[in-house]
Amino acid sequence: MAETTMAQALNLALRDALAEDPSVVVYGEDVGPLGGVFRVTDGLTAEFGEDRCFDSPLAEAGIVGTAVGMAMYGLRPVVEMQFDAFGYPAFEQVVSHVAKTRNRTRGRVSLPMVIRVPYGGGIGGVEHHSDSSEAYYAHTPGLRVVTPSTPADAYSMLREAVESPDPVVFLEPKRRYWTKGEVERGTRTEPMDRAVVRRRGSDVTLIAYGPTVATALETAEAAAAEGVGVEVVDLRGLSPFDDATVADSVRGTGRAVVVHEAPVFGGYGAEVAARVTERCFHYLEAPVLRVGGFDIPYPPPRLEEHHLPGVDRILDAIARLQWESRWVSPGARAGAAGEPLPVAEVGA
Amino acid sequence: MERTDDRPDQASPPLPSLEPIRLVDQRGRRVDDPVHHSPDHAVLLRLLRGMVVGRRFDRQAGALARQGRLAVYPSSFGQEACQVGGVLAMRADDWLFPTYRDSVALVTRGVDPVGVLTLLRGDWHSGYDPNRYRCAPQCTPLATNAPHAVGLAHAARRAGSDLAALVMMGDGATSEGDAHEAYNFAAVWNAPVVFLVQNNQWAISVPVRKQSRAPTLAHKAIGYGMRGHHVDGNDAAAVYAVVSRALADARAGRGPAIVEARTYRMDPHTNSDAPQRYRDDAEVERWRARDPVDRLTALLRAEGRLDDAALAGFTQEGEELAADLRERMADEDAPDPDELFAHVLAAPTAQLTEQRAALRDEVRKEAGHG
Ligand SMILES: Cc1ncc(C[n+]2csc(CCOP(=O)(O)OP(=O)(O)O)c2C)c(N)n1
Repeated sequence: MAETTMAQALNLALRDALAEDPSVVVYGEDVGPLGGVFRVTDGLTAEFGEDRCFDSPLAEAGIVGTAVGMAMYGLRPVVEMQFDAFGYPAFEQVVSHVAKTRNRTRGRVSLPMVIRVPYGGGIGGVEHHSDSSEAYYAHTPGLRVVTPSTPADAYSMLREAVESPDPVVFLEPKRRYWTKGEVERGTRTEPMDRAVVRRRGSDVTLIAYGPTVATALETAEAAAAEGVGVEVVDLRGLSPFDDATVADSVRGTGRAVVVHEAPVFGGYGAEVAARVTERCFHYLEAPVLRVGGFDIPYPPPRLEEHHLPGVDRILDAIARLQWESRWVSPGARAGAAGEPLPVAEVGA
Repeated sequence: MERTDDRPDQASPPLPSLEPIRLVDQRGRRVDDPVHHSPDHAVLLRLLRGMVVGRRFDRQAGALARQGRLAVYPSSFGQEACQVGGVLAMRADDWLFPTYRDSVALVTRGVDPVGVLTLLRGDWHSGYDPNRYRCAPQCTPLATNAPHAVGLAHAARRAGSDLAALVMMGDGATSEGDAHEAYNFAAVWNAPVVFLVQNNQWAISVPVRKQSRAPTLAHKAIGYGMRGHHVDGNDAAAVYAVVSRALADARAGRGPAIVEARTYRMDPHTNSDAPQRYRDDAEVERWRARDPVDRLTALLRAEGRLDDAALAGFTQEGEELAADLRERMADEDAPDPDELFAHVLAAPTAQLTEQRAALRDEVRKEAGHG
């Protein structure tokens, strides 16, 4: 099977959606003949015509606002915010209308639409091209917020997002656009609001999503060399949240670290940490830690490597998970197997 | 390949007139307009009936607000020519995008008055089926309904329909970014939309002079390559004629338009406003002399088309609507807390199901203690 980049997988998903459902329209800034600044819409105008994939005036609130009206008339608009930080002008439409219309109308008007947002850093972008805006959207009831980490998921989740009766904010980890993987057209992976375990491990759960899943997997590899078994959970759906899969993993490992690029303060990881603590308190052997960007505006490109959470920062967090409370070294899971914990640590 | 042009490739639309288009003057005498013809007497009578009934609804809603039966009521007293003229100019399959101010427009459109007041009573955020009446929910964030109308009208046109959309917005709302974006999208897409700007002179306490330096708000249309029309918003015949024509142009593919209807908000912004802090009674009295209902009544009487019996009939209809409204609004049925979770997403999430159970529990315990 051919290796496909995430950008190509997204392109295939749009292509198949356009081909299968005449109510799908794709529009935004430069998504027409150019194919989008990341080429995610490459060739769609040529194949499906200006009527189905087109450039709109440069105005994000207008793009999302008109999509609301189109969805009211029965279309399934898929709109693109060119970059994360350029989605902010549309924020009022997203929060006040996209998210609330179904509720406002007691379910009489649903808005099946997708807002695609390339997000996150790591591409050497100058200011306004690297924000992680997921928490803003995830905090808003009435939206589905999802983010794929692999090309296969990118294809499947975007197809599902287009078919969803609910509005979906589809966050595309732009630094993973060129990641390759196998994609079979028409094949669906897990439902988009389900988290999946990407790697099994018995000592600690790394909870990641979008761009940081690959980083978490790299970390797991490095930790394995030191004898620590890292389980990696890829959230995929940020809202609604798959409590069951996440809690199940953490109950098995007893330790958890959430990893994202966004500033940690008030970030999405705070929600994850709280939910895990509420559900897994008696299984936890250490506080749930968050690893993310610093609480600073996104840095300029030559400094971004210091900001983005990498393998070392995550390994450091893992090292702080109170391993001293165990009789045996990390790698052979204690506690769960019934080994006694040192008395002094039990109540701590 | 796309192509650009060295020169503008289209002519400028004509400037709107500084003097508003008028078909009936303040004293109820006909005025000639070179372009717009007065609607016939049957339409004029429908306009009058709609205004009389609409005003009665408005007065009743105001009373309900004072009695605490509505959380708040933004009155359109004095703006009936816009509310009724705008709506009666629409076809049944056209779509209306109203604001909080436009309850009378919705009643004129045939929406159940109790459904119209659901928002203001605080039972739910909207109380009617938008698809049934082709009326979007009343919109509170200023101008944000305008791009919805553009999107819907564009989608309809694309599907081969010739329906049009009428957006209602206030003078203050024209300063919002969403208004600008909607005007521009409408013009670029040639979407069949008419933006009816009810310039009632005030945005809460701020006069229109502080909103815009445009000669008229209709002039804003020119920069987008749209037609702009400036109409006397207390002349129901003129509003009807101008909006009808603009809708016909829009649906025929001749482009969207801004219609500025110059009118006046006779009442406070809402029942909780204090207009004595920012405007003179004398100004209100000046506008009272331009009352849209009196004006059309005078015309129809002078032309022998309205007798006491007919007018009493309209009044009676208004009284019946008000009595029915009083009776049905007295019903104290409490809204169902379960519904809070019912429409957030198409299917309930695990979290919402859990939260609904928790709230049920709270409600049950409270009832037990009560
Ligand atoms: C985006 C937004 N900002 C502020 C408000 C608060 N607000 C409600 S009505 C109003 C005045 C609007 O004036 P105008 O558009 O002229 O309409 P009118 O109320 O006079 O009909 C304001 C400021 C709002 N509803 N939406």
